[in-house]
Amino acid sequence: MSSQEIRFSGFGGQGIIRCALITGKALSLYDDKFATMTQSFGPEARGSACAAQLVVSDDRVLYPYITQPGILMALSQEAYDLYYPELPKNGVLIVEEDLVKLKSDHSDIQLRRVPATRFAEELGNRLFTNLVALGFLTAVTNVVTADAMKQALPGLVPDRFLKINIKAFEKGYEYGVEAMKANGGK
Amino acid sequence: MNVKTMPADPKGVDSGPHFMDGDHALAEGALAAGCRFFAGYPITPSTETFERFAERAPEVGAMFIQMEDELSAIAANIGAVWGGQKVMTVTCGPGFSLMVENIGLAAMTETPMVICNVQRAGPSTGAPTLTAQQDMMQAKYGPHGDNAMIALSPDSPQECFDLAIEAFNLSEYYRVPVIILTDETVGHMHEKVVIPPADQIKVVPRNLFTGPKEDFRPYKFNSKGGNPMTRAGDGYRFHITGLTHNEKGYPVVTAEQNKIVVTHLMEKINGNADDIVRLEEDQIEGADVVVVSYGITSRIAVKAIQDARKEGIKVGSLRMITIWPFCEKRIRELAGKVKTFVVPELNYGQMVNEVERCAGGKSKVISVNHCGGAVHDPEVILEAIRKGSK
Repeated sequence: MSSQEIRFSGFGGQGIIRCALITGKALSLYDDKFATMTQSFGPEARGSACAAQLVVSDDRVLYPYITQPGILMALSQEAYDLYYPELPKNGVLIVEEDLVKLKSDHSDIQLRRVPATRFAEELGNRLFTNLVALGFLTAVTNVVTADAMKQALPGLVPDRFLKINIKAFEKGYEYGVEAMKANGGK
Repeated sequence: MNVKTMPADPKGVDSGPHFMDGDHALAEGALAAGCRFFAGYPITPSTETFERFAERAPEVGAMFIQMEDELSAIAANIGAVWGGQKVMTVTCGPGFSLMVENIGLAAMTETPMVICNVQRAGPSTGAPTLTAQQDMMQAKYGPHGDNAMIALSPDSPQECFDLAIEAFNLSEYYRVPVIILTDETVGHMHEKVVIPPADQIKVVPRNLFTGPKEDFRPYKFNSKGGNPMTRAGDGYRFHITGLTHNEKGYPVVTAEQNKIVVTHLMEKINGNADDIVRLEEDQIEGADVVVVSYGITSRIAVKAIQDARKEGIKVGSLRMITIWPFCEKRIRELAGKVKTFVVPELNYGQMVNEVERCAGGKSKVISVNHCGGAVHDPEVILEAIRKGSK
C-alpha cells in the first residue's frame, strides 16, 4: 500500500482550499486513487493563514488527517514558517519564490521554487496563482497526472475562466518540467 | 421489511462521481430520496448541508426555509410532513437539544422525518469546529417518555449519501423520526461520492390511504411498520396530538390506552430490530478481540486492527451502521465467545455501556474513550486490543 500526504498552505484568498479540491478530485475521479481532503476549519478570514491537506493512497484512506506530509506547498511566508519544519528528509517543498524568504538552503529536502504570482499576473490576474502552482506541483512530483488535473477543473473554477485557468496550469506545468530538466530530473 | 419501493425521481438525483464532503452528500441523499422540504437553522459544522439544500432546492422544485431557530425549524418540518412532504433538517448538539421536545412529538404522532446531527465537541456550545460523537444517547433518550428511535452512523461522505436514502426509507416505513449521527470529521472531509442513476435508487414512497373515508384511521397500534397516513386537504378526517390517543388520533388518556400506544411505539422498532439493524463485520469468527465501533472512529479502528493482526492478534471488527436499535442480539451471541470487546468512541463512554450490558459479564469490555475535539490516535486503540487479547 503506497500512500502520500500533501499539505497546501498560504493565505486566505489565494485559492489554497481550491488547490486541494482540484487535486483530490483529479486523483479520486480520474487517476483511480483514493484521496481524502481535510481543511483547517475555523473562524479564519481572508488574508490569514490557511491550509488544506490531502491523504492519497492506492487503498481506502483510513486515517483522514495527515501525520507527516511528504509534499508541502507554501504560497506565503507565514505558511512556510509554520509548516516547513514538519517536512521529512527528501520531502518536497514547493514555495512561491517571490513571497517566501527561505530560512535555510534546505539541502536535505527537495526545494522547488516557482514565481506563481508573477506568472499569474502575466496571464492577467493574480487570482490564477493557485493554478500556476498546481501545474508546477504536478510537474515536479509524480503524485497526480496533468490530464486528470485538467479534467478536474470544470465545476471547480467558473466556466468563463476555465480556459485561462488551464493556461495558468500549463504555464506552471511547463516551468516545472523545465526546472526538473535543469535539475537533471532529480 | 416487506415494503413497496419505486425508483428515485431523476429531478433530485445528481448522478455521477463527485468529490464531495459528507455534509453535501447528506443533502444530495435527501434529494435523491424524495425530500422536498427542509426547514432549518444554520449551525457549525452542519451548515454545508443546509447551504447545499438551499442551492439545489429551486432546480429540484423543493422548498427551503431558514427559520428563526431550531424549535420552529423542527415544528415546520412536522407540519410539512402532514402536508404530504418528505422532510429533513440538519443541526448539531446545541440545535438538537432545542429540537428534542418536538422530536418527541414526531415520535408520538408517528411523523416520518430525518434529522441529521453533525456532532461537534460539547457539552453546551463546546468546540463548534471540532469533532465528537457525544450525542449518541441523546438521539434515543433526548425526548421524555419511552421512545424507540432509529439512528444511523455513516463513516464516509459516500455513506452519508447512502444512509440518507436509507434513513428516509426506514422513516417512511416505520413512521418514525430517523436520526443520522455523523460528526464534524465526516461532515467536512471530501472524498469520492458516486451517485447512481435514479432508476438504481430504491425509494419508499409515502404510503397514503386511498380507501373509503369512513375506514381511514391515522393510527394502527399493531407493532408493525407500513401503516398508511394521509395529508391535509385529501378529504380524510384525522387528528394529531401529543396526548395519548386512539386510532382516530383523539385523546384517550387512560392507563389502558397508554399501554396500547407505548407498546406499539416501542415494538414497531425493537420488535423489528432484525430487519432494521445493519452491521459490517470482518473476521469475527475465531477472534479473541472484537472492536465495536461506528462512524469516523471505525476507520481509525480498522487501522489499529490491521496493525494488531500484523502482531498475530486475532481481532475482528464489528462496525455499527445502525446505532439504534442497538445490535443487542449480535453482542449477546458473541458474549462468552470472544475474550474482549474493545469499544473506541469520541465520548466519555456511551455506547460502551450498551455493549457491557449485552456482554453480561461473559466477555471483558474495554472502553477507549476520548473527550472529543479530534479523532483517536490509532496507537491507543491498538494498545487496548493488545490488552484485550491477553
